[in-house]
Amino acid sequence: MDPQTLRKHLLELVRMTACDLAPDVEQALARARDREEGRARSTLEWMIKNSAEARESSRPVCQDTGSLIFYVDHGREIRPGLVAQAAREAAAEATERSYLRPNAVDPITGKNSKNNVGRGSPYFHFNEVEDDNALRVRLMLKGGGSENCGAQYTLPDNTIEASRDLTGVKRCILDAALRAQGFGCAPGVLGVGIGGDRMTSFMESKEQFFRKLDDQNLDPLLAELEDEMHKKVCELGIGPMGFGGRTTVLGVKVGIRHRLPACYFVSVSYTCWAYRRRSLEIVNGEARYA
Amino acid sequence: MIEIKLPVPEEDIRRLKVGDEVVISGVMITARDAAHKYMVEQEAAEVKDVLKDGMLYHCGPVVKQDDQGWHFVAAGPTTSKREEPYEADVIARYGVRGVIGKGGMGERTLAACREHGAVYLHAIGGLAVILAASVKQVQTVHKLEEFGVPEAMWVIEVERFPAVVTMDSHGNSLHTEVLEKSTEKARAISKTL
Ligand code: SF4
Repeated sequence: MDPQTLRKHLLELVRMTACDLAPDVEQALARARDREEGRARSTLEWMIKNSAEARESSRPVCQDTGSLIFYVDHGREIRPGLVAQAAREAAAEATERSYLRPNAVDPITGKNSKNNVGRGSPYFHFNEVEDDNALRVRLMLKGGGSENCGAQYTLPDNTIEASRDLTGVKRCILDAALRAQGFGCAPGVLGVGIGGDRMTSFMESKEQFFRKLDDQNLDPLLAELEDEMHKKVCELGIGPMGFGGRTTVLGVKVGIRHRLPACYFVSVSYTCWAYRRRSLEIVNGEARYA
Repeated sequence: MIEIKLPVPEEDIRRLKVGDEVVISGVMITARDAAHKYMVEQEAAEVKDVLKDGMLYHCGPVVKQDDQGWHFVAAGPTTSKREEPYEADVIARYGVRGVIGKGGMGERTLAACREHGAVYLHAIGGLAVILAASVKQVQTVHKLEEFGVPEAMWVIEVERFPAVVTMDSHGNSLHTEVLEKSTEKARAISKTL
């Protein structure tokens, strides 16, 4: 695929991600609304309305369009560098078209790059696959307010009586949800990474957000853990925006990585209700968005 | 749903309690860090009229300008906690009846709400499109050059701007209430895990 065409498809991927919530997210918000009453219900209703209007007018669902996180699966014939270049150009153009807010700030000088391109921005993760010409690009836009709600636990953690076992892990998840209250624009989703090192543990937690909300974990033990913690976190009663209610989160998703004998990390990432992730797949030269 | 028209008299504000859903119509003003510092350290004569019995909104909007003037493109709330050092003084000095933002505020602001008859209203985070649409007109802007777009004081006319009262003028805070209840609940759940 020539760089121009690829850039065009990536621009559309960015637009869709920023302005059009995926169906599984909207359905989850709608189901949550139907279960709620009072201000919890109307808050969810406003969120759903906002998402519909954003889609119709191609305007960002939330003005914080977050950081751009690209996961790219590519065949041997496709050079990652070219995909990254096209994606950077797409991000800059998307900013110009107001699909994205300029969100890349130099931490030392405080200068905004004004086009979302900067050091480590966008972020890319490449993975080579068998099929020579395959290309699948997944994009997540991760908002800043919800990013501030994440936490990494080092077990054992005596402050929450979390030992190095499944009960300890559950206590971490519950504690992270409690601390987040409604601050990350609840109801969001908790992504949990168990094991790994500090970095991969957090990565695992973030990668959970690429899963569909209504999928089932292939590992039966983790599937059970997800269901149990989803229910228990909702029982906290924090509710949409922290106004109180049954819907504290829309889901809990868990992934694991082998850990070092000396380390036991539990990382919890939070993503807000404006849960934006989409994918683009090129099949026989044709673009398919999902 | 309670309708509030600005300017609003103290007795109407005193009737509000935490958890009330409201829609606000009338003229209000945006204010972030620079504006708060300015209002406290100097006499902000140009905003006195809008603030008296009025409301201020913690918002750094995305705006655009055309032949007809300025327009709000995105207008979601920003985190209010940053204004905690200033807000009580602003409420007292300018006779503000409502502070709109997200995440709630602290003890000093709550005390000022009680003493002077004001409330804190929580807008829904992330509601960029709906909230921008409720801004019918940008009347004027103060300190645009000095503070920049997000920090400038935008005087806006809103229609049916949705929010929830989360701190009232009787010393109640929904944030504290939810935090206490959920902490207690977490303790109980934690034992069963
Ligand atoms: S947490 Fe999410 S919904 Fe809330 S302001 Fe940030 S990006 Fe928007």
